[in-house]
Amino acid sequence: MSELIQAGSVSGKISSPEGSRSGDHGIRKDAERAKIGMWLFLMTELLLFAGLFLVYSVYRYLHNVDFHRAGLETHTLLGTLNTMVLLTSSLTMALSIAALRTGKKRLSVSFLASTILLGFVFLVVKYFEWSSEILGGIYPGSPVLLNRSNGEILFFGLYYTMTGLHGLHVIAGLAVLCFMLVLILRDKITMDDYVKLENAGLYWHLVDIVWIFLFPLFYLIN
Amino acid sequence: MEDISRTKESKQSEPTSFGIYILVWLGLISLTAVTAVVSGIDLAAFTIVVALVIALTKASLVVNIFMRVKFEDKIFKVFLGIVGFTLLVIFSLTFSDVFFRR
Repeated sequence: MSELIQAGSVSGKISSPEGSRSGDHGIRKDAERAKIGMWLFLMTELLLFAGLFLVYSVYRYLHNVDFHRAGLETHTLLGTLNTMVLLTSSLTMALSIAALRTGKKRLSVSFLASTILLGFVFLVVKYFEWSSEILGGIYPGSPVLLNRSNGEILFFGLYYTMTGLHGLHVIAGLAVLCFMLVLILRDKITMDDYVKLENAGLYWHLVDIVWIFLFPLFYLIN
Repeated sequence: MEDISRTKESKQSEPTSFGIYILVWLGLISLTAVTAVVSGIDLAAFTIVVALVIALTKASLVVNIFMRVKFEDKIFKVFLGIVGFTLLVIFSLTFSDVFFRR
């Protein structure tokens, strides 16, 4: 009888780590599925922006000189600054995930808070940039713009549509990141189960990638 | 077999060191500076090509390292490949129309 109990306890000891390992495996599998879902969503986002890039490239081909002339009026310096801001926010995002994975919760939270702050900086710079253009009379349908050539009207139409849509994505990204910050603070996202933060990071990086392409097309036609 | 799957697992689950991320960030910032400077030089038709090559390089750094695709399963690379191919088809078909329309 005692032998049986002993055998049971031994098998219990063996089966318990087995069980926890299959539990970890389950979380890992779930994380993988969640990530695949996120990537599929990101691909649809990519196609959305690709459609706009396609429109841009066709019109740029058809109105090369006008696009060049209009491109000289965008604020290259502010565009470059915003590129640096977004790239840095991508770094802090990646560092936040890396820190959480090594169990450094406070470090992860501060990196994530920096990412959110940099996102706001991006929007503030964008606000000043758009304000100066709008005050200069350049906005879709403005009398100043309508007196210009078709190519310039198209350039600024695309400029406001594409950077505007990108700006909306930044705002959505910031909302998601704030939500993630709360989840980390409440220990709903931990070093063992961090796929939500990873997926939020993927979204943020996608927003960064879209900007990487917007930047040379609207700000660097000198 | 078990060893192989374990190595694969550890490659995926190992967090990337801070140093690598900072190095990639430095690369991205330098490429931005280069692209801003190069735009001032008149390379005629090549200006846009140079700008796009730099943008593609930056995007691939972000995708591979920050988004960790380099360390992910093959399926994620297949996704990106299919999307890239689809975009290539859409752009080439559109431009084959635009170029030869007139």
